[in-house]
Formats: sequence, structure tokens, C-alpha cells
Amino acid sequence: MKFSYFPGCSLKGTGRAYEESLLAVCRALGVEVQELDDWNCCGATAYMAVSEAAGYMMNTRNLALAERDSHELLAPCNACYLSLKKTQHYIAEYPSVAAQATGALAAEKLSYTGKVKVRHPLDVLVNDVGLPAIKKAVKQPLKGFKVAPYYGCQIVRPFAEFDDQQNPVLMDKLFQALGAEVVRYPLKTRCCGGSLTGTIGEVGQRLSFILLNEAQRRGATCVATVCPLCQFNLDSYQAEMSRQWSPVRMPVVYFTQLLGLALGLDEKALGLQRCIVPLPAQEVHA
Amino acid sequence: MMPLTPTLKFDAERDPSFPKQIMARPGGEKLFGCIQCGTCSATCPVSIYMDYTPRQIMALTRAGFKDEVLRSRTIWLCASCYACTVDCPKEIKITDIMYALKRRAIQDGVYPKRFPIPVLAREFFKMVRRRGRVTESELVVRLMLQTNWLGMVKMWRQGLNLIRTGRFSLKPERMRHAEALRPIFAGGEPHLATRTPRHPWEAES
Amino acid sequence: MKQPTNGEARIGFYVCHCGTNIAGVVNVAAVAQYAAQLPGVVVSRDYKYMCSDPGQELIQTDIKEHQLNRVVVASCSPLLHEHTFRTACEKGGLNPFCFQMVNIREHDSWVHEPGDAATEKAKALVRAAVKRVALHTPLEVKRTRIHPDVLVVGGGIAGIQAALTIANGGQNVYLVEREPTIGGHMAKFDKTFPTLDCAACILTPKMSAVASHPNIKLWTYSEVVKVDGFVGNYKVQVRRKPRYVNEELCVGCAKCVDACVYKEEKFEDEFNEGLAKRKPVYLPFPQATPPVVVFDPDACIQLKTGKCKKSCLEACDRNAIIFDQKPETKEIEVGTIILATGFRTFDAARLPQYGFGTLPNVYTSLQIERMVNASGPTDGHIMLKDGRTPKAVGIIHCIGSRDNRTNRWCSRVCCMYSMKLAHLIKQHTGAEVFNFYIDIRAPGKGYEEFYEKLQEEGVHFIRGRVAEVADWPLTKEEEGKLIIRVEDTLAGFVRRIPVDMVVLATGLEPQPDAQDVRRLFNISCSTEGWFLERHPKLAPVSTFTDGIFIAGCCQGPKDIPDTVAQAGAAAGEALSLINAGFIELEPNTSYVIADDCSGCKTCIPLCPYNAISRDEEKKKAVINEAICKGCGVCVAACPSGSIVQNLFTDQEIFSEIEAVLG
Repeated sequence: MKFSYFPGCSLKGTGRAYEESLLAVCRALGVEVQELDDWNCCGATAYMAVSEAAGYMMNTRNLALAERDSHELLAPCNACYLSLKKTQHYIAEYPSVAAQATGALAAEKLSYTGKVKVRHPLDVLVNDVGLPAIKKAVKQPLKGFKVAPYYGCQIVRPFAEFDDQQNPVLMDKLFQALGAEVVRYPLKTRCCGGSLTGTIGEVGQRLSFILLNEAQRRGATCVATVCPLCQFNLDSYQAEMSRQWSPVRMPVVYFTQLLGLALGLDEKALGLQRCIVPLPAQEVHA
Repeated sequence: MMPLTPTLKFDAERDPSFPKQIMARPGGEKLFGCIQCGTCSATCPVSIYMDYTPRQIMALTRAGFKDEVLRSRTIWLCASCYACTVDCPKEIKITDIMYALKRRAIQDGVYPKRFPIPVLAREFFKMVRRRGRVTESELVVRLMLQTNWLGMVKMWRQGLNLIRTGRFSLKPERMRHAEALRPIFAGGEPHLATRTPRHPWEAES
Repeated sequence: MKQPTNGEARIGFYVCHCGTNIAGVVNVAAVAQYAAQLPGVVVSRDYKYMCSDPGQELIQTDIKEHQLNRVVVASCSPLLHEHTFRTACEKGGLNPFCFQMVNIREHDSWVHEPGDAATEKAKALVRAAVKRVALHTPLEVKRTRIHPDVLVVGGGIAGIQAALTIANGGQNVYLVEREPTIGGHMAKFDKTFPTLDCAACILTPKMSAVASHPNIKLWTYSEVVKVDGFVGNYKVQVRRKPRYVNEELCVGCAKCVDACVYKEEKFEDEFNEGLAKRKPVYLPFPQATPPVVVFDPDACIQLKTGKCKKSCLEACDRNAIIFDQKPETKEIEVGTIILATGFRTFDAARLPQYGFGTLPNVYTSLQIERMVNASGPTDGHIMLKDGRTPKAVGIIHCIGSRDNRTNRWCSRVCCMYSMKLAHLIKQHTGAEVFNFYIDIRAPGKGYEEFYEKLQEEGVHFIRGRVAEVADWPLTKEEEGKLIIRVEDTLAGFVRRIPVDMVVLATGLEPQPDAQDVRRLFNISCSTEGWFLERHPKLAPVSTFTDGIFIAGCCQGPKDIPDTVAQAGAAAGEALSLINAGFIELEPNTSYVIADDCSGCKTCIPLCPYNAISRDEEKKKAVINEAICKGCGVCVAACPSGSIVQNLFTDQEIFSEIEAVLG
């Protein structure tokens, strides 16, 4: 099983732990990943606000690079995943986008035919590797973990290609297979605030606070995420939130970190020390 | 004396070409099908902070009240969570319309200049154009320097936490060959029928 | 009837001004002049309004005076006046099929600019018609008898009303219903809007009348399985499902139900919308008609395993229970059929954001109807799952309707029934009631007044489509409640409204087997799946299949007054055919020239009306001209060209084409 890998800017910065844990887990489960050579930023939500054409063109370049390597393209960050997918869909649906988007490829002798598939690691790990194989590889079941699985928006909206749009369950199933208790979490796809936490704190942080508060109210011991911006938003402002609204203290980890723990991988290799609100030591060493 | 300002909208204030221009962008096609049900506003997690709700923006855009729409805070507060797009019973791609309105506001130069969100968009844009990738730490610093000096000082705790956990990049993320992106910013291949206009922010730095 | 003299055509030509509709664009005088010199034309006139009495008299007079044996009229669409002019010919003594009509209005003056080109086009069309009409031969209209019995499929209020009207008119009716009892959806309602009549009180007398009517044969728990024939002469097979009870003997005393070895009700009670349970043997509801119990073969131990105490048998003092009852197929002959198969409600589980099936105390409107009904599962008490009475109730309109992703249409009745439920809930519980709507649709008689009354009662009408029903609280007041998040578009805020109970006003949609049923009866469905009426304004209960009519919600969502009106209309159409006793058939039918037929069977499966059969002895195709609708598919497909269609023979068609090309 081999994939091209698109880390995106966050996984090299605030989301380093995601890359570390993802690569470690892939190694352990026999999934080969190769980083896309000289990839460019996907534009996230910022680019579409400024230049539509440039936004599509940047993603088409990444897609064309992936097509050249002829493997499926793994995109862990929700925003990157959506930018790439949306570009693919809109090139197919809107002739004007198709004309613009492929305009910049010729200079690098790249081409885009639409056959490359963009995949999220949650999809690949649960559906391609499969729960039976993962269960077999579990060395330390996550006993005592009560996880609130938080999917975020862009992994199911507007394209829900590998899980249910209103009530995705892949993470729920994964954690149950790893021996954890999964908390019923109806806010699992409600927006965390995205880039608003950094620009208009009171708005963005309030959205993240609502998510953390509800997870806490339902007795979760940690929240699992699939997106670096979600993780950052939920992880970094808990002190401010507690001052502004009411106390929250909730470790927020990547789903790959929990998976790695269950597979018996080393915490440092999984980047667990990078959490601002750490997982309680007894949970990690259980 | 209580200052009173009359708000009677005259028909001459409408720009009938405005809705058509927005509808010409991918995703805007179904705007005229809006039944003003309000599902978008109800599902939007940040509509409570907006001056006009998403539903009102649709109504104003359709009617051609360009100024109100482009000067609103609404279009900048949209976090692109796509909840509205997915819930709209008339399948209107509201998020795409919000993007189109953001771009138009920048193009017309009517975006709120000190509002953090367009500033973030501009810094993001410039950084990618220069290096091909974004360095989050630098981006946030640039943003705060321009919009909220004091706020940045207040965020010392976050900063320290990020440095402590190794999540604060001290060296910039860059492509090896960022010049590969030049054709993208130069407006695409000349022989293409649809030319991308040079963006107003491309001239800056 | 005038025959062509010596094979020579003597054609009368008339071009109509139609006021300025035609004359304003086409130079009709020039057309008349042009036609006058075409071969065979003996008389050529232009006239202001050919369809008027004087216009028609013109034709009649000319036929006599000029011994015309063919007539051509150039005017509007044949759909409007072909019949008028054919009749005029007949009155003048000419066979009505020696007539050809030319459309120079919809096909010319209404779609072109005034000028020479429009006139030249008219001339070309006229030339074609004149050449063609010379080849017409006199044809006889055929008649077929109408069997006086009627089949009504579906025993809801529509079927019941239609059956009663026809039976009262003296004709025999078979009323076939697939549930064990008639009554349909209306039997489940508590009160009906806007009068707040008790639904059962107005429905059960009609149900009773059906059961006791000497002219109605009521077959419940039965389905139509085969339909053959054509208007006036349908042969239908009806399959009667076994209820394991002799209908003649059972009186519905329900002693067997009490005696059943199942002491507790364990099985899903369909009538009560999943809010109650029943035993394997049951009476669907107290006023079930016929009042006969039913055994559920998937639940009854005796029927599943053969090993039961059969205490029901002992308890029955009429020996009515028959465990080895078999399904029975009945064959009937009827002349007309009325389909009144009703609707199904939208499955609220398809919209997970409203919590149906996942959150407690979220109900559909039909469930609340059962709850508020005094003979329902809670004896008429509106209560939450834990038995408490709700203090705040939210009713959400448009569930599944007006939504491109589920059902595009408006279901027409939900605003009114939501208001009715608001009133009933308030009356029963004193709760604060919120109705969440996009638009209030109250078009019927007394409907707007009903809305006014509801507003005066203090029901909160909030204009906003609800985004979600949530169970996560933001304030102390919201804990333990269902929270409705909605934009109150009129007041201008996004609101969170905590309620104890949510009612989803589910919309109406076609029955899941509508496509199967329509194929069985050879009618059509619209794109949305409702049975298709012949004309939405002028023929709402007729279909494109003669002799088959539709009534009620199977044709589209509607309320009870409109349903009853349509049922009467369909009954009227059926009685009209029966009263006439016969029907005339358009003679544009096809026939096989047996000598030329090679017996290849190509035509037989192509006929959309199953009008072609094979004579096994002669090994030739035979067309039943009474069923044939003249679509021409067999004519085109026949490899040996041995099928001919009246009014559309090869020579007639080719002569038109040649002439129109000049």
C-alpha cells in the first residue's frame, strides 16, 4: 500500500505532532508514504477569499504532481483535503474552472487528467488497512480512555465521500476497536472556528469552547481530532476560555496519536509531548 | 436631541448587475431560487456575531444592494464550515457566494482595512506568492503587528507554549523552487480564453 | 355519406382569419387565392372565424351546393377544433374523416413575424394538406360497449366516496383495499381542519354505508394482481390474502384476542404508528370495517410452527378461525376503474438533524394524531416518554417538502394540520406551542380564519426553517430539553428555543409501489411519482388510458375536501361512460394485411398498449383495433410493411412531404 503524501503547511508547523504520529502509525501498519516533491500551499480558506483562479491553480499543481507519481494522494489536514477535493470537483463541473485551473501546468510540463484520488488518512486507515488488521496489531488497548471523536467540518462538508455527512462514525468505530469508550458527541462536526480564533478571538474561541465544554460535560477524558487547525484551536486557548467563560481542561490529541498508543508506539515518536494540555500520565502509561 | 437617520431605500441605489455578477461565479447559479427560509442563518455557528445574517446577505445581494453587502462584517466572519451549503433546501452554494463577495470587496477596495480577517488573507496571499508555502508563526506575527499590537503582547502565554512544545517554527517554510508558481500569479497561459486579471494585491511587496 | 365521384376529388378549402391571430401575420386572402388554383380545389374561401356557427354552416352549405367530397380547413390546432369541423362535415353529409386540418396558427402565425415568409409557409402547408386529403377514405367510428360494473382500488376516503357515489347511482362496485380494513389515513386522525370535526365521526358512517351497501362488494386485505382489456371491457384478477378467519362468520367480538397465548402485546401496531403494540391476532382499530380480526402469519405461533395451544379457537363461539385458509384469486369484469391508492408520509429519519429516532420525544405528526386521539395508545393524553406532560412543544413545518434534496413540492396540507395540532396540543396540555414555518399556506375555505384563531390562542408562529434539534445545553434553562436553533426572520434574531417535545410535520409523497401500480394499470406517473392526470386543469381525474380514473392523493397531495371532490368527479366520469353505454373510438388505428404478414413477431412486444397478438393457427399478427391507440410504432417496425394505419397511410404521409417541399 503506497501513497503520495501532501503534508500541507500546518503539519510542518503547529501540526508537527500530526505528521509525526501519522508517519509512525503508517510505518507500523505497513502503509508506505512518500512526500510530494516540492509541493505548494493548498490555499486553505484564505486563498478563495482573494483569488479564485490562483486558488484552483495552486491545487491543480499539487494534483498534477500526484498524478505524475501515480499513487493516491494522502491529505491529513481537513483544509488541504477539502481544497484539493473541491478543485477536482469544480474542474469536472465548471468548464470555466477547468480552463483556468490547468493554465499554469504547461510551464512545468505537468498534466492533470482527474484520475488521482485524494484520500484522508482516517479513510485509508479504517477502510483500506481495515479494523480487523488494526485490531490484530493492538498491543495496549485504550482501557479507561473516554474519547469524544471530533471530526470538524471540511472532512464531511460539502463532500462526504467516505463517511456519513451528518453523523460520521469512522473514528468512533476505530476507537471502539482500540478498546476505548466512545462518548456520544453530537457536536462532532460543528465548526471549531477555523482561523477566527486567531483573528477575532471572542468568536473563534467561543466556538472551540462550546466543543470542549460539551465534551467535558459528557464525561470525555480527551477529544480526538483529524485536523491540525482544529487541534490547535481546541488545545491552545483553554486558559483564556476558562477565564472568559467557565473552566475547561481537556487534552486534545490527533486520532493517529491514540492509534499509535494502542499499537504500543513510543509517546515521543507520536509527538504527545507537543500537546499544550497534556494527556494525563496514567492514561498514557496504562 | 436623539439623532434620527431615515432608512428608506430608493430604487436608484440598487445595482441590478451585481447579483448577476455574483451568480456568474461557480457556485452562485442558484441564488434566485432562495426562498428566504433562514436555514443558513440558523445553522451558521457565527451568524449571531454578524451584522447581516447569511439569509439577509442573500436577499440584499439578489436585490442589488451592493454597498450594504460588501461593507458588511458578515462576509468576513464566514469560516467556510459549509454547514449552510449542506443544509440549504434550494442547494445554493452559500459558502462559494461568500467567497465571491469577499473577492469582490477586495477588488472594489471596500473591505474594512483594519479588520483582522482580510489582513490575514492578504498576508497569507503574499507569503505564498513569495515562498510557495506558509509559515504559521510568521503569519500570525505579521497579522498581529498590523491589527492588534496589544493583543499580541497578551498572547505571550500561547507563544511560550508553542515554543515549549516545538510548534513555533523559527525558520520559514519554503518550496525549493517557488518560481514554479509564477505562471499562476502571472495570470495563466496567454493563449487561454479566460485570462486571470492581475490581482490588486500582487503589486504589493 | 358522400363518396368520391369517379375517384375525383372535389375539395373545399377554407382559411380562417382567427380575428388578427392569423390574419395579422399571414396574408390569408393570398392563401385562399393560391389554394383556389391547386388541383382538386373546387371552392376556396377565407373567413373571419371558421369555428363560429356561420363558419361551420359555410362548410355544410358548400358540401351540398358544390358536391364536395373532401374538405380542408387552415386555422388553429386540431386539438381545439378538429372535432368541430369533422362534425360540420358530417352535418353537411360528408364522412368526417374526409377532412384534413392545417395548423397555420400555432405552427405559423403565432411563431413568426408578419411578412411574405409566413404567408409562403402557410401556402406550403396548405398545399400539403390538399394533396393529402385527396387520398383520404371514408372511415367508420367504432363503438365498444361499457360494462356497467366499476372497480375502485383503495379504501381511503377517496375510494369510499367514489364507491358510494357509484353504488348509490345503481351500479355495482368492487372496492379493493390492501389493508385489513378500509379508512386509510383519515381513520388515524383525531380532528380535521378547519372545522375540528372528529375524523372518525365523519368517516365511520361512510365506512358503515360501504359495508352494508347492496351494490358494493368490499374486499379488504386484497390486491389487484392482473389487469387485461381496455375501456369498457376490463378483466381484473384480485388476490385475497388469507386472514385465517372466515369473514362471513366473524363478528369482531375479539374474544380470540383476549384468549391469545400471548398475554402481553409484543408486536408493532402499524395503526398506532409504532406507539403501541398488538398481539398476533388483532382488530386494527375498534371501528375496523369489516369488523373481522386478522392473524399476522409472522407473529402467530400456530401459523409459524404449527404448535400452539390455540386458545383462540376455543374462545371463538362461531368457529370462524381457519388456520389453513389459502389465498384466493378472484376474476372480475368491469368497464371502468378508479384508482384511489393514496399517499405515504415522508420518513423523518431521512433528516437526522431533527433527531427523529435518535433523540427522545421527537414525534411525527401522525404519531401525535394517534396520541391526541381518545382511542389512541395514550387515551388522548399528550405525554413525553417518561409520562410527564410537556410544557413547551415545537412543531416544525415542511419536513421533507420544498427541499430539492428530498421532495421539491409543497405538500399542501401540513401548514393546516400543523395549526390543528398546535390547537389540540394547547387544548390538551396548556403548553407553550411554537410553529416554525417558511410560509403559511392557508388557501381553503375557512383556512385563513383558522390561522387567525390560532394566533389569537397565543400559539407562537415563528418564520424560520429549523436548522437542528439539539440536546446540548448552553444555559441552565436548556438542560434536559430539546433545543431548537432557528432564525426568527421576522423578529430579526437567531434563537435557541428549549422545548420538551418536537413534532415533525412530515410531508406527503407517492406510495412506494406507485410505479408498480401504474404499470399494472397501464397509466403514467409524473416525474415526481404521482399518478399523471390527462390535463392538470381541465381533466384532473382522467388519465391517458381511457376508462381509468384517479382520485385523491395518489394524483398529488391534497386535503380531504379536495379528495372528496375528486372522488365524486371520478365517479361522475365513470357513471358518464356507463350511462352512455358505449364509447366511440378514433379510427386512426392500425391493421395487418394478413397476406403480407410473415409472422416474424417483431411488432408484438413493441406495442405499448398490448394491442397486438398472434394468431397461432394462421401464424400471423392480429391487431385489436379497440385497444390500438394509433401510435404507429408497429407500422414503422414491420419489416415487410404489412401494417397499415388509418389516416396515416404511407401514401398519405409521402404525399404531404412531397407537397410541402414544393
